[in-house]
Amino acid sequence: MALTQEKQLEMLRIMQTIRRFEERASDDYRTGDIYGVVHCYIGEEAVATGVCAALNRDDQIISTHRGHGHCIAKGADLKRMMAELYGRETGYCKGKGGSMHIADFSIGMLGANGIVAGGIPIVTGAGLAAQLEGKGRVAVSFFGDGASNAGPFHESINIAAAWKLPMIYVCENNLYAASTPAASTLAHSDVAARAAGYDIPGVVVDGNDVMAVYDAAQEAVARARNGEGPSLIECKTYRWRGHTERVGGADPRPQGEIRAWQERDPIERFVAGLMDQGCITQEAWQEMDEEILAEIEEAVQFAIESPFPDLEAAVEDVFAE
Amino acid sequence: MRKISYAQAGMEALVEEMRRDPTTFHLSTDAPDALVKEFGSERVRATPIAEGALTGIAVGAAGSGFRPIINWSMVTFSFVAMDQIVNQAAKIHYMFGGQVKFPITFRTSVGGGRRVAAQHSQSPYSMFMNLAGLKMILPSTPYDMKGLLKTVIRDDNPIISFESNRLMGFAGEVPEDPYTVPLGKADIKREGTDVTIVALAWLVHEALAAAEVLDKEGVSVEVLDPRTLVPLDCDAIRASVQKTGRLVIADEAGPTAGASAEIAAVATEDAETFAKMKAPVKRVCALHVPIPYTPQLEDHVFPDRDNIVAGVREVMDAG
Repeated sequence: MALTQEKQLEMLRIMQTIRRFEERASDDYRTGDIYGVVHCYIGEEAVATGVCAALNRDDQIISTHRGHGHCIAKGADLKRMMAELYGRETGYCKGKGGSMHIADFSIGMLGANGIVAGGIPIVTGAGLAAQLEGKGRVAVSFFGDGASNAGPFHESINIAAAWKLPMIYVCENNLYAASTPAASTLAHSDVAARAAGYDIPGVVVDGNDVMAVYDAAQEAVARARNGEGPSLIECKTYRWRGHTERVGGADPRPQGEIRAWQERDPIERFVAGLMDQGCITQEAWQEMDEEILAEIEEAVQFAIESPFPDLEAAVEDVFAE
Repeated sequence: MRKISYAQAGMEALVEEMRRDPTTFHLSTDAPDALVKEFGSERVRATPIAEGALTGIAVGAAGSGFRPIINWSMVTFSFVAMDQIVNQAAKIHYMFGGQVKFPITFRTSVGGGRRVAAQHSQSPYSMFMNLAGLKMILPSTPYDMKGLLKTVIRDDNPIISFESNRLMGFAGEVPEDPYTVPLGKADIKREGTDVTIVALAWLVHEALAAAEVLDKEGVSVEVLDPRTLVPLDCDAIRASVQKTGRLVIADEAGPTAGASAEIAAVATEDAETFAKMKAPVKRVCALHVPIPYTPQLEDHVFPDRDNIVAGVREVMDAG
């Protein structure tokens, strides 16, 4: 389905916002302003953006440890995201979650998760809730190639298929589970091939082509809304940075491979296509980028100016009152 | 008053709460006929034998506005779902800054006595007590089962209902009129003045039997049933021990880092209570072994009324 120019430009803005947010998060992690661990989504922006473009605000998604891109694509507030990374009380989780646990239930973002495959059953529960509610909502599980080898993936898809839950399972196959090549751990080179075992559609798409991702997502979403059950979409993609920012320069992957994937930059490809179609000029693109950088700077300032939580907060929210 | 079994009391609680709240639904690997009949197979689903997934599904549905009731069956099977219990359900409310509620009821059976050997005879509630973010109940009577389980289903947090294998057929008085039992409120099952026995689940009944024997020896026994392990009614435990000056704890689980150890600490860490204690605390627990199959060994491993009587005599002799 052809998208309006406006919608495509919005998708471009989201992709570039993810890229710039991650660059800033990486920088501020290095200076020590962001703690713990940060997993950057750079290189994979087309996946979250293409899938979320096919969703409504009240549809739900769940993320992984590499969650900033999914948050931004679902419409999360950059200020509250950055404040969370900075550990401030104005953050999404009041500074108790950090990079690996950003969630915004008000926009259907059910959280990043530190356990590989841990989110898949949870979002399948959101799919069950959507089915019980009967209002046509759908739920999307983002996960990596590593998670596709874990039990929760198989258990959840089987249940979703047996019950025809309105689910879309999106595998971001970035070819590595942390540092282990997927080629050495996947019995079949395509995760999507596993769909056959659950009698659901499984497609492989170019995860660096945002429109291809969108088209596949759109089809799966329509099927889910129609009560026809889940689909599995495998997006072949690549992360440009190490597994975490903590790893720093010690990336075990071949330099040539990294370069080859950088030449397939999902953002550059999308911009080039939009320019060919006359949707955007070089100046307008540059202007958009500057606006995004300003917005991120504003988010950082918001974080810096926000207080750390009071110590009493440590014992709050263990239970709901 | 009418008498119904512990198991029937649990089922009554479910039926009443599912009638009351349309956001409740039930998942288990076997769907109970009575529930399917009344509420239909949409709300009462038989799941694949995939406890990890169904526990996670409960978390996600709870975060999406529903109030799932999950039955793991034997607690053995909860271990298959440990990631979802420990890393997800227990932490998700806190980790996300309390954004939404996760009202989940997990039911599961614990304890021995059924000659089903090590895997299916466990009482691991202290493993879960060790986590922040989960509440848990351990009823000993049909009355408490029904009243507590109704409260659990209405609560906005993940809660585990540990239910005693040995008590499933035990009958007791349960009113026809609706009632609830609050969390965190212990119940004095027998009043006494010489020694407090804090007993859990099946051992409440063994402690009551032991109290009869001891009464004939002139020892007045108070039997306190905490009923909920998290939150634990520390005030009631301390008040009883301050009154009697002596504490025996009876638990079907092993002693190491157990609920019994926590209860002992609740009493002895409190200066006022400690000051009134006349004797060391005595724990009457299972031996610290996997549970054996053959009846001679199984009955030897678990504590019973005789062990409790011996424990009380020891404490009385000590001071």
